[in-house]
Amino acid sequence: MIRGQPQTEPSPWMAAAVPAVSILGALLVGAAMLALAGVNPLVAYADLVTDPFGSVFGWTETIVKTSPLILTGLAVLLPARMKLWNIGAEGQLQLGAIGASWVALWTPLGHSPVAVPALLLAGMAAGALWCLIPAVLRAWLSVNETITTLLLNYVALLLVDYLIYGPWKDPASLGFPLSAPFPAAARLPLLVSGTRVHLGFLLALAAVAATMFVLTRTRWGFEIRVIGDNPHAARYAGISLGRNILLVMAVAGAMAGLAGACEASAIAGRLERGLSPGYGYTGIIVAWLARLSPLATVLVALLLGALFLGGDALQISLGLPSAVVFMLQGLIFFFVLGGERVVLSRFPAWRRPPVERGPAPAKS
Amino acid sequence: MDPPRVTVEMRGITKRFPGVVANDGVDFEVAAGEIHALLGENGAGKSTLMKILYGFYQPDAGEIRIHGTPRRFRSPRDALRRGIGMVFQQFMLVPSLSVTENVLLSLPVRTWRVDDGRTASEIAAQAARYGMAVDPSARVWQLSVGEQQRVEILKLLARGAEVLILDEPTSVLTPQETRDLFATLRHLAAEGRAVVMITHKLAEVASVATRVTVLRGGRRVGTGAAASLTPQQLARMMVGRDTFDHFRPDEATPGSEVLAVEDLWATSDRGLPALRGVSLSVRAGEIVGVAGVAGNGQRELGEIVAGLRRPTRGCVRIGSRNCTRASPLDVIRSGVGHIPEDRTGVGIAPHLGVADNLMLKSYRDSRFGRGPLLDRRAVVERARELIAEFDIQTPGPDAPARTLSGGNLQRLILAREISARPRLILAFHPTRGLDIGATEVIHRSLLVQRRAGAAILLISEDLDEVHLLSDRVAVMCAGELMGVVRAGEATVEEIGLMMGGARRGASEGAPTSVRSRAGPA
Amino acid sequence: MSVFLTAVFAAAVRAGTSVLFATLGEIFAERSGILNLGVEGMMLVGALAGFVTTARTGSPWLGVLAAGVAGGLLSLIHGVLCVTLRANQVASGLALTIFGTGLSASLGKGFIGVPAAGFHQVAVPVISGIPFLGPVLFRQDPLVYLSYLLVPAAWYALYRTRWGLDIRAVGENPEAADAMGVDVARIRYTSVAVGGVLAGLGGTFLSTAYTSMWIENMTAGRGWIAVALVIFATWDPLRAVVGAYLFGGVNALQLNLQAAGTRLPIYLLLMAPYIFTIVVLVFATRETARKRLGAPAALSVPYSRTG
Repeated sequence: MIRGQPQTEPSPWMAAAVPAVSILGALLVGAAMLALAGVNPLVAYADLVTDPFGSVFGWTETIVKTSPLILTGLAVLLPARMKLWNIGAEGQLQLGAIGASWVALWTPLGHSPVAVPALLLAGMAAGALWCLIPAVLRAWLSVNETITTLLLNYVALLLVDYLIYGPWKDPASLGFPLSAPFPAAARLPLLVSGTRVHLGFLLALAAVAATMFVLTRTRWGFEIRVIGDNPHAARYAGISLGRNILLVMAVAGAMAGLAGACEASAIAGRLERGLSPGYGYTGIIVAWLARLSPLATVLVALLLGALFLGGDALQISLGLPSAVVFMLQGLIFFFVLGGERVVLSRFPAWRRPPVERGPAPAKS
Repeated sequence: MDPPRVTVEMRGITKRFPGVVANDGVDFEVAAGEIHALLGENGAGKSTLMKILYGFYQPDAGEIRIHGTPRRFRSPRDALRRGIGMVFQQFMLVPSLSVTENVLLSLPVRTWRVDDGRTASEIAAQAARYGMAVDPSARVWQLSVGEQQRVEILKLLARGAEVLILDEPTSVLTPQETRDLFATLRHLAAEGRAVVMITHKLAEVASVATRVTVLRGGRRVGTGAAASLTPQQLARMMVGRDTFDHFRPDEATPGSEVLAVEDLWATSDRGLPALRGVSLSVRAGEIVGVAGVAGNGQRELGEIVAGLRRPTRGCVRIGSRNCTRASPLDVIRSGVGHIPEDRTGVGIAPHLGVADNLMLKSYRDSRFGRGPLLDRRAVVERARELIAEFDIQTPGPDAPARTLSGGNLQRLILAREISARPRLILAFHPTRGLDIGATEVIHRSLLVQRRAGAAILLISEDLDEVHLLSDRVAVMCAGELMGVVRAGEATVEEIGLMMGGARRGASEGAPTSVRSRAGPA
Repeated sequence: MSVFLTAVFAAAVRAGTSVLFATLGEIFAERSGILNLGVEGMMLVGALAGFVTTARTGSPWLGVLAAGVAGGLLSLIHGVLCVTLRANQVASGLALTIFGTGLSASLGKGFIGVPAAGFHQVAVPVISGIPFLGPVLFRQDPLVYLSYLLVPAAWYALYRTRWGLDIRAVGENPEAADAMGVDVARIRYTSVAVGGVLAGLGGTFLSTAYTSMWIENMTAGRGWIAVALVIFATWDPLRAVVGAYLFGGVNALQLNLQAAGTRLPIYLLLMAPYIFTIVVLVFATRETARKRLGAPAALSVPYSRTG
């Protein structure tokens, strides 16, 4: 199909150029759409850049948005390393917030000195359990996890609604659907006072390091890599698919749950609607743009976090709906998917993401 | 005899793939009324050449003339329009559709509605005319391999193909089915069609071809009348040297029983019976070969022993341990090495490095790290040892396994499985698709292991290989064991008959003893 | 039959129709081997396009046209990425859903609360008088009747036409279909486009027939439920009806329970359709495994001739 030199590896320059050119292309198309909607795209894009990066405050706010995106990105990335699609990070995040709120508001731990670790653990446990539902269905009954993880997002959001409109509603909230505020002991410490940058950012970075370590330095990581590359070979080598599906999905759910616990405890200080503007869905893009590399997740999350912040700015300054952010994210995703393929068709040996061929066959 | 009317001429065909030149200036011609054998080893470029003629690949250089007119085929559709059709080694059928629908699919008519009634009767007529029994309403997945091949030929006839290309058509057939196929091919040629048969079997050239072209390493070695060339001459042209030495193993001194399979029953992936009461044993220091046409239960037998499939009945013992329902890990821990049938699909993780692939099973060993940790350095060190010991050609321990050639891949697998010092080795189609050099290496290693006291269960479709290596040969047909014979006691013909369903000991030549192959396909 | 049951069944048909459109469309795409998880996004854009056109022109039929065109165009993005560029189908579908969700919410901001004259119920003469079945099936709006026609049409197209034969062949074994002269890419593009058009119709049904308004994210996961129902339907248009109306039934039942003032909390009732879909998916997966009615063999595997 391709004539000429059968080069196998793209230059590093090329590998970096793909996402850059893709994002540029997406922004160009986005600009055309904004222009059609009657907005000057230059003004809009100026806001998109200056707001997140133009000031110290902007940077700190970008980091605030980056922290949950790193975690939801990892929650997608780790299962994807095993060819599993976890698109339920949004719901797992909500469950994390519920778990944290339960500890903060309904247990004596909420006022104790160990409130923060307790509520973080509870959030992780809740996220893990939520993610184990599709994992069990997948491992034991071969039910497609893509659809179940996603459908559970809707259930999780309704569960939050149920709690904040019903049993957990704060009587002092004047009818608003809010839980009571967390006790002071249950608020995540800030890293820099005067900003909203909280401990969650360090936890997210620690999660990146831990994921890298597990994948490259442990026997379990070896099993994950083998399954991700060839599940048939894994089974042949005596590696249990079912057990690893459960483990990996539980860890993924825990990371998304951690993000939710941090958002509830550090940002909102209560359980409420809109804790996440869609961090779980954006996590899918984070993982894909990072080509399933944990380290790259940090950088991609920073970029997409900035986009969220810029979106907020557009809403305020130009009255644009915040959904513009998702439109742009979708465009970026399109362009990256297409750009990758164009490069890949010239350089067949470029490392493909292990999710390339979709989910693994279940049954251990 | 009249000089043959030339139908197809290919001149100076060159085709490159990344890293290989599959065809290098090849000339080839086919005349109406002939059966032209295209002979060569694996990788000689036979299939590539014919896929170019069929429009599946575009040549990088060269010209194709049909009836003297230069043609360019951009797709199989173009080739079919000019009367050229091909039956691939891997059948191009849609299993979930019926025979009629498969034939309809290949017809260019663009009618809106599908009329399967009329097509079905046309198919039945064509099939009867050329002696090919097949039920037009059956779903393709329900058919035996031989029947599926007939559907492929019917498809080409329905499109009015004048030139029929068959890629290794006999590799999946019993001797009896092969005879039927050859009769059909002769009939087609006698009607003035041209038949090209890709093969690497010398005997087939003598028994069916009128002309033969030999390819080696992507180049044409020669063309001649089949009758004027002896098998020895052809072999020399094909291999480029005189045929290799045979090493019959020395007499076996088998020890205690290592593998015992008793009354094993199993179903295939499709839920059809695949094994019906198979019993077999392999002792230490012995190679037991299982012969049979593909799809007669060998795969299921192998997978059950390896712990990858559950039997519906029966029992498997490895040593003194009952392994009937053992997990793959239990089987590995019982001291079993497994050279899987599907090297790239099962045997390796293609994008992981050579070192990782060498450790695919031993990564659990305590010498590769403490507790949950994996010591990269120890892994790579051990990998280097194995790479040297087994002479695996690789740029380094971190090179992705998929960059290895077939022979090196098999050495990698062999290194991994043998280095664990197994007492039972499962070798399934260990040399399929390998060149002669690599085949010799694998054969030698298996014989060395046998001498060292390992029990070896060898499953292969290559009768010569089974014959060459085995101490005892078990023949399977339709999920049953037709018999177990000592190597050297049975002729190839006898084994062939058993593969076709004749029981050992049944009166020879009596056609009634040949069971119909109604079983799994 | 009690009035209550008739009402619930009629509501079930209404509630199931938008999912039915989308499921039928996704069956075409998946039968050709292309998994399109962008149904949700295509439905949303279809819903908005249909609503805006209806509000501007006053003609809901023009709205249907616009919705079909919008859904079809979006699906072509998926087609270019998955058929031509052979990108990962799951990822591309997710991108489509994210994009469609964002696009519809961005462009639809100004249409929240705007009135539009959508479809009205039309009783079919004579047969609407049949006891029970009449009021359930034949006192509906024209789009519901369109869906009745589409089901047999889809079945006929898949199993009795040359096009359908090509689609099934391409989805099972594209190599074979290609070798037999079928244009794999063309068949996959048309099937994906059919999926997009029908998803668009499913969307506009929500905004011009089921309700007459535009709400952000008004599909509320129906696109995903359609993807799940394709598995339940074992890729068969006739069985899609059963799945869609089962979903519609659960939805209607929970709405009726809400209206009847049950003590069950409303948010737990709202979960019912999603949980029901997961349960259905579990049983459907078990059944397809048992009866070996698998997915099209080449589903979500990109095809190229040189491999």
